[in-house]
Amino acid sequence: MSALVLDIDRLSITSGARRLVEEISLRVAPGERVGLIGESGSGKSLTALASVGLLAEGLVPSGSIRLGGHQVVGAADSALAKLRGEVAAMVFQEPLTALDPLMPIGRQLAEVVRRHARRNRHSMDRRSVERAVLDLVRQVSLPHPDRLVRSFPHEISGGQRQRVAIAMALACEPQLLIADEPTTALDVTTQAEILTLLRDLVTARNMALLFISHDLPVVAGIAERVIVMRQGAIVEEGTVSQVFAKPAHAYTKSLMAAARSFDDALEIPR
Amino acid sequence: MSDLVSLPATTRTRGPLPRALLVGLFIVGLQLVIALMTLVWTPYDPSALAGQRLEAPSLIHLAGTDRLGRDLFTLIMIGARIALTVGCGAILIGGLIGVTIGLAAAFAARTLDDVFAAGLDILIAFPTLLIAMLIVASSDGASLWTATLAIGVANSAIVARLTRILGKRVLALDYITAARISGSSWLSIVFRHVLPNIWPTLMVNLALQFGLAVIAEASLSYLGLGTPPPNASWGRLLQEAQATVQTAPLGAIAPGLALVALVIGINLLADGLRDLSDPARRSA
Repeated sequence: MSALVLDIDRLSITSGARRLVEEISLRVAPGERVGLIGESGSGKSLTALASVGLLAEGLVPSGSIRLGGHQVVGAADSALAKLRGEVAAMVFQEPLTALDPLMPIGRQLAEVVRRHARRNRHSMDRRSVERAVLDLVRQVSLPHPDRLVRSFPHEISGGQRQRVAIAMALACEPQLLIADEPTTALDVTTQAEILTLLRDLVTARNMALLFISHDLPVVAGIAERVIVMRQGAIVEEGTVSQVFAKPAHAYTKSLMAAARSFDDALEIPR
Repeated sequence: MSDLVSLPATTRTRGPLPRALLVGLFIVGLQLVIALMTLVWTPYDPSALAGQRLEAPSLIHLAGTDRLGRDLFTLIMIGARIALTVGCGAILIGGLIGVTIGLAAAFAARTLDDVFAAGLDILIAFPTLLIAMLIVASSDGASLWTATLAIGVANSAIVARLTRILGKRVLALDYITAARISGSSWLSIVFRHVLPNIWPTLMVNLALQFGLAVIAEASLSYLGLGTPPPNASWGRLLQEAQATVQTAPLGAIAPGLALVALVIGINLLADGLRDLSDPARRSA
């Protein structure tokens, strides 16, 4: 099955003698939306970084990761650089550090647009870059695009910054978008907006999505299939309705119970 | 939803230039003009005996004369030229070497980085004086340039260490990872993201180094490893005035004031430039 966007086969990640991720296998088909759930430290983000070959130094992956059909484990950085923007792009948790504070937003977007054009060997003049940037800004529903492109990151809100980050990821026109807790740092209303935006964009472009979160309802709202991780291993996998209707693993059950009791606590007692 | 969110009401209007920048520019500019002027004109011949020994300030000798009878104001003017040369030269050399090594260390693999870090610590522990002696010993003798080179090399270790730490901090941020994922090369990451983001802090540090370089040159001159006479640097003037400081304090005060003014000017200039390069401060 070479058609898979991401095919992780028995991936382990070790740091010295410690095993952080243990023999996990995970597949994402084109256009599929997969949720990766687990508490912090369960290895979700490591798995995501490993799949684009950006593990921190000292973390050693073994097994196989095929990104767009190319092996990532053990590949040279130069080969990966080509693969990255083309096949996968990533949105991070912290909107504060996702953008370069010294560069106007338009310039940051333009850079990605130009790089993507260069890679596909068609040159773009300044005008068409500008147009493409404004178009991206519009697609992520940011207000006043022509004014926004001249703003610096500190001048816009966290939710807006996250939208810019999404626009930057989209500029690469990747087959797979990896979103690592993209809504965790945002308030609930903004969260819902970003989720809707992500789902709509991904669906419209037939892009695959690997959505990482510790938040069950959030994942249920965006993913078709979920994978539950705990302590570096996959404990449960299935469609959203399967897993949420009938959690098989004790850990998933406890996660659900926790989410439910949190909801109950929020209800106003009569 | 689009109108629920606010944006800065108008597009950026550049605020007034930071006051620090203007004051710094004025002080440094004045000293620069004086330094350049000494290339073509000085009130007196710096090596000629222009008057009596240790004359008090007068209209003829604005800052009096030194213990040999040379015009002190002339010497201080020439000192400005030497100070600016040493300061600029030293931070240029130190900055160039230091930033290069520091960035290399920040990007290097962990084992190599450890080697860099240890090497830099050793170099920092190595006194400027020893480096200067080595350089003088391997050249034709002490000159303004050997002193500048020695101070620059000594500075580079400090600059490199700072660059390494600042660089590592920036490299850990998400926008660098995002840039890497979108496929930008290391070189473009260095020039587009890392350098601009560490530059403000680096610049303020380099300004500090400028002042230290001028003082270091004075110490080297004192030991015969700096600017040889008759080109009296401020440091040398200070040291020469040491013997007569009780009877003629102006000999020490005047070059001291010139030195202080230059260092303050450079630091204000750096502060102002930093504010200018920070969008958050600029629009505030």
